Amino acid sequence: MSAASPTLAATRSGRLTHLQRLEAESIHIMRETVAETENPVMLYSIGKDSSVLLHLALKAFAPGRLPFPLMHIDTTWKFKEMIAFRDARAKELGLDLIVHTNQDGLDRGVGPISHGSEVHTDVMKTQGLRQALDTHKFDAAFGGARRDEEASRAKERIVSLRTAQHRWDPKRQRAEPWHIYNMKKKRGESLRVFPLSNWTELDVWLYIEQEGIPIVPLYFAAERPVVERDGQLIMVDDERLPLAPGETPQMRKVRFRTLGCYPLTGAVESPAVTLPEIIGETLAARTSERQGRVIDKDGSGAMERKKQEGYF
Amino acid sequence: MTIHHAPEAFGYDSFLAAHQHKEVLRFIACGSVDDGKSTLIGRLLHDTKQIFDDQITALQRDSRKHGTQGAEIDLALLVDGLQAEREQGITIDVAYRFFSTDKRSFIVADTPGHEQYTRNMATGASTADVAVILVDARAGLTRQTRRHALLVSLLGIRRVALAVNKMDLVGWSQDKFDSITQAFDAFAAPLGFAEVRAIPLSAKNGDNVVLPGAVVPWYRGTPLLQYLEEVPVRVEEQAAPFRMPVQWVNRPNSDFRGFSGLVASGRIAPGDAIVVEPSSRTSTIARIVTADGDLPEAREGQSVTLVLSDEIDASRGSVIAAADAPMRVTDRLDARLFWAAERELLPGASLLAKIGTVTVNAVVTEIRTRIDLETGSPEPAARLVANDIADVSLTLDRPVAVDAYRDNRDTGGFILIDRETTDTAALGLVQPEVEAKAKDEPAEARAAKSGGGFLSKFRWVFGGI
Repeated sequence: MSAASPTLAATRSGRLTHLQRLEAESIHIMRETVAETENPVMLYSIGKDSSVLLHLALKAFAPGRLPFPLMHIDTTWKFKEMIAFRDARAKELGLDLIVHTNQDGLDRGVGPISHGSEVHTDVMKTQGLRQALDTHKFDAAFGGARRDEEASRAKERIVSLRTAQHRWDPKRQRAEPWHIYNMKKKRGESLRVFPLSNWTELDVWLYIEQEGIPIVPLYFAAERPVVERDGQLIMVDDERLPLAPGETPQMRKVRFRTLGCYPLTGAVESPAVTLPEIIGETLAARTSERQGRVIDKDGSGAMERKKQEGYF
Repeated sequence: MTIHHAPEAFGYDSFLAAHQHKEVLRFIACGSVDDGKSTLIGRLLHDTKQIFDDQITALQRDSRKHGTQGAEIDLALLVDGLQAEREQGITIDVAYRFFSTDKRSFIVADTPGHEQYTRNMATGASTADVAVILVDARAGLTRQTRRHALLVSLLGIRRVALAVNKMDLVGWSQDKFDSITQAFDAFAAPLGFAEVRAIPLSAKNGDNVVLPGAVVPWYRGTPLLQYLEEVPVRVEEQAAPFRMPVQWVNRPNSDFRGFSGLVASGRIAPGDAIVVEPSSRTSTIARIVTADGDLPEAREGQSVTLVLSDEIDASRGSVIAAADAPMRVTDRLDARLFWAAERELLPGASLLAKIGTVTVNAVVTEIRTRIDLETGSPEPAARLVANDIADVSLTLDRPVAVDAYRDNRDTGGFILIDRETTDTAALGLVQPEVEAKAKDEPAEARAAKSGGGFLSKFRWVFGGI
């Protein structure tokens, strides 16, 4: 935790900053969920938002231990550095980490290159998540989604009900006034809880800087081997990415604004090697962070459809 | 006002110094169906450079398909994110949007105008500091405008910006603007707003939204954004007495027992006397614990863990309050309900009430009066249907600690949950005790006593605000 204690500083100055209010709101949401559900879990995707979510959870229950496990849905196509980071953090913090892979999908050889982004995401991510939630009988799952990411997310409640089939019904959302969250549900139904709903990409970066939160090194610029695919710079993270005859990966100084499956995640060329430089780029950015996500481009309303099908 | 951050002019230290001390303002935008709410928010986002190139590209594509602005890009599509909304060209659900300037961060709730989505508007209004009420300059005040002003007032928002939109379509007529403003002031007089600021603007062209409109020489006030940057925030919550509903008892070992919660209002410091409700046991604050170390003081808006000097009984559902400003502890509530469920509410209905962090059984013993949102007057009602607003009496299966909603939104607001569907059936506002005592007297008699007529009925309705 930061030694500079911004909490103390702002208390003296007499009013709370935006980041302090966001932090307090997120902590409140996590405590409500733990108090009102039977078996919560935190979905841990290893990205920067998950890193912030984990940091907030540690704060929410300090000096006590984290009262829920973390779960990673491993599609087997994540960047190697992400997996290394995940395992190192779990060990360092003594986390109860569940890693789940859709074995059926794996056996069928489903992947983003052979089957395309839509099938891969559906089988390895959406179905994988549903399997894992059902297997462990989790009735609430924290996710790091933010409302500024995408138009249908901007409309979703902080506490979002899912049917027994994990479907989201955007037309049947509960009123969510003040700081009161309705966590009641029928047998088999479950909740998705988004404590970072009101954070923006910039808030996340400022908070990572302020609190000194560890993140995957892929967020910082470095020389990495990339190839160009449909206007996106795709990193050649392992030998599974097919190259055209005579094609060789180029070393370019790149970083990632979001992290997912490596063949589906575009890099941006950047010289930013420090958090202040990343924040500077975020402020000056002319494209949204999800621009690097191939899966969002499966047509207008793609995310809303995926969410209805049980995607996080 | 500098909004665009040019990369070459970027100095991280000065940026950080400014941003770390920025406050957040939450506001809602509401108004009639075609008054241009979504366009106004789209304009705020666009002119404060929050819209990215890839979103503009998507917007151009979507504007061709769903847009209502002919060949031009339709900024409303930035916020109407659900497919059903795009197809119907209306806002159904509250959308949250974010932007910031050098002075403040903003969280905007874009709320639907249609009557059948009142519950979604109430959700957006419940946490807002300010309401931006849009009026179409051509149409003037409509039934919807009056309804929204009433709702905003009922939900405790004290500051309103009256955005008179589409001024370009009435030739920036000052007479038109003045007559709308005067009509609104007359209507809103009994609603208890601390301030109403009227601003003539054109969301479509951007005049007086972010930058002053060159075409309005007679208007000497500020653009909407500047108003939002300067309006005071959360003044009432900071001044109110200390309240913290206990969410969770933190007991990692036998040496530590702390009560975790979000401070709803006021402030507290170690040594301060407190009372734990509803048991009414007293103690003092020993420590204010956070993951960043102990605090010398906790205030409204902070999530903390309080350690008390005495081993007194407190658990989830208790409220820790300032000893010199105790709460009302009661198992009977007079409340104003925003009925949200599709099924009707009849007297005798049994529901769950979630009040702060406690959930109790509640029976609706009486539906007293429904409020006619067009006239503002109370009228008798035997049952409530979706989107009705009414005053009811509730009996709870055990005492809870509450404040009147007008004094404290967080300890005076609650929800009713349908046991069968588990849906949120109503938003509830605790009414002050004094009014509860006067309830045997018929509404008409009270209205007559205070002079009768339309305005006195309003005063009766807003007696609780």
